[in-house]
Amino acid sequence: MAVLVDRSTRLLVQGITGYQGAFHTKQSLDAGTAVVAGVTPGKGGARVHDVPVFDTVDEAVRATGADACVLFVPARFARDAALEAIAARLDPVVIITEGVPVHDAIEIVASARRQGVRLLGPNGPGVTTAGECRIGIMPWHLFTPGPVGVVSRSGTLTYEVVAALTRAGLGQSTAVGLGGDPVAGTSFVEALEWFGADPVTRAVVLIGEIGGSAEEEAARYIARSFGKPVVAYIAGRTAPPGKRMGHAGAVISGTEGTAEHKVGALEGAGVAVAELVSKVPELMRARL
Amino acid sequence: MKLHEYQAKEVFARYGLPVQAGAVIDRPEAVRDLSVQYPVVVKAQVLVGGRGKAGGVKLAKTPVEAEAHARAILGMEIKGERVGRVLVVPAADIEAEYYLAFVTDRAARRVAGIASAAGGVEIETVARESPDKIARVDVDPCLGVPAFAARGLGRRLGLDGGVLDEFIRIATTLYRLYWEQDADLAEINPLARVASGGPGGGARLLCVDAKLVLDDNAGYRHPDRPPSEEMTPLEREAREHGLAYVELDGDIAVIGNGAGLVMSTLDLLAYVGGRAANFLDVGGGASEESMQTAIDLVQRKPRVRALFINIFGGITRTDDIARGIVARPPRVPASIRLTGTNEVEARRILSDAGIAAGTDPEEGARTAVALARGHNVDPAGGAAPSAGSSGPDGAGRPGSAGPGGPR
Repeated sequence: MAVLVDRSTRLLVQGITGYQGAFHTKQSLDAGTAVVAGVTPGKGGARVHDVPVFDTVDEAVRATGADACVLFVPARFARDAALEAIAARLDPVVIITEGVPVHDAIEIVASARRQGVRLLGPNGPGVTTAGECRIGIMPWHLFTPGPVGVVSRSGTLTYEVVAALTRAGLGQSTAVGLGGDPVAGTSFVEALEWFGADPVTRAVVLIGEIGGSAEEEAARYIARSFGKPVVAYIAGRTAPPGKRMGHAGAVISGTEGTAEHKVGALEGAGVAVAELVSKVPELMRARL
Repeated sequence: MKLHEYQAKEVFARYGLPVQAGAVIDRPEAVRDLSVQYPVVVKAQVLVGGRGKAGGVKLAKTPVEAEAHARAILGMEIKGERVGRVLVVPAADIEAEYYLAFVTDRAARRVAGIASAAGGVEIETVARESPDKIARVDVDPCLGVPAFAARGLGRRLGLDGGVLDEFIRIATTLYRLYWEQDADLAEINPLARVASGGPGGGARLLCVDAKLVLDDNAGYRHPDRPPSEEMTPLEREAREHGLAYVELDGDIAVIGNGAGLVMSTLDLLAYVGGRAANFLDVGGGASEESMQTAIDLVQRKPRVRALFINIFGGITRTDDIARGIVARPPRVPASIRLTGTNEVEARRILSDAGIAAGTDPEEGARTAVALARGHNVDPAGGAAPSAGSSGPDGAGRPGSAGPGGPR
């Protein structure tokens, strides 16, 4: 067991009949993940890559014993689909969908907290435990099992870092994608708490970006109560202030949220901050 | 997206919030046709902050004075933004200035209501210098803002009697507006206490300024929203295609997938001595068509000398990207780095079309910088030291996607 998911995880895919849902269901099945059910309202009774499709989450859970959920549904249906998964106490609930309205995300997060469900996303790449379980969209072949946890606000940068670690012979425990939206289900601090409690994880790579204060909060938490080594990378060092850099959350306003501020806070907490992604493995090797 | 003050006030008026009737004009002479009560305030309509300090807000006692102010302000540049319109409103007789806003609190992952008796200045300054002057309420999205919560905020501002009742109505209405309009920020600064006009002729509250920042993701729920004025024409066109495009001021166009990777690509270019002209994030799950649109768009910016395509496929299938590149070969010299989902197929598609692509981002960035400087390089093998010495025969090697290379 690493964090969140492992070989015992039984996955339900909402939006399984869509282009991305079907494609990534196949990728997860090929990775050996137990994808036990799909849900698309109105398509109950179908099969996708031999996975049975149901009309509701409740029916799917009763029939298959699914215990975790990933969403590939379009943005305007994400709120309802997520609330349905949370109401069924699936855990974790992972929202891949991009473009979810922020107020919908606020309601989804509030519901997840009330039910005690761990939520990743929206607009995230999912979670992968190397050698055990793939939920979401991360390229499975990049991973190799090992002691390094990865937590990130960016999907593609997660892949860059995992690929670089694997090339350097440094295996991973679990990669957790938080998502790039302003309101996300899980913070760096919560993910660090999971990695801190996980016996497999011996060190963590934290991948942040400009905007918000999540990296600064992570730095305070690390300084106070995180015992494992952390290497960080912050994207957006050269981003101009006031420009929204693709991620809805990535915008520097005033003096808040700059890369310098985040790097300073992390270094102050004893975190080694890599200037380029390619420098992450050597910093990590020196600390393992 | 941000709305102008006059646009935000239109929304406020729809909700019955107290705003003054004013007029928006785009040429100074139009002042003569306005039937407003003097004195008036002439206010530059810009999306950047700090217009008052920049001379964009002026008091006028007469129409002649108002026209002169409008002439001075229209066309003025405030923090790089040209003033195209001014709002002319009756001047208010202000007794006290408060602050009231509802804002999405990223860290708390919910909505915060913020109020202060120190209105009329930047709230960030108040927060820094006298945090005790800021009252705050966390909003449960299931409950909204009950009257008691608004009353609590009003009492912290020292309000009572009829003005407190009015504050409660304004606060609960502002929250409803914030939520229904899918705003990230709904702000009144200052919320002014004026001498008369309230029930029974007493003091009343007035929204002297109004600020609305709306959530772009929720645009589909609000077909009546005005078009955004924050974006350049290319940025707007990209948005219509579902792509995130941002203009910068270097000479290397950048296409990537995922905001994090794109930002890191800009950092990487800067690290190896280049500068991005713009970037286009094709997002997750880009199609062949969106890749073609992306290649078209980034090259339309003037002074683009090279293109750097940096793709790490996850939900994005690199074979779709490759088909897009083959269908729309870049006009400017291009450095392509591509890896991830369906990579083998992608490489086959590109090599069949005679286009080379590397796997290492730093090599790709160095190649892009060299191409922008007019050097011949082999995109798959890194930049050559200088033009004329890149290959044994001094010419670009086969495999280049740049001019002269096979298309």
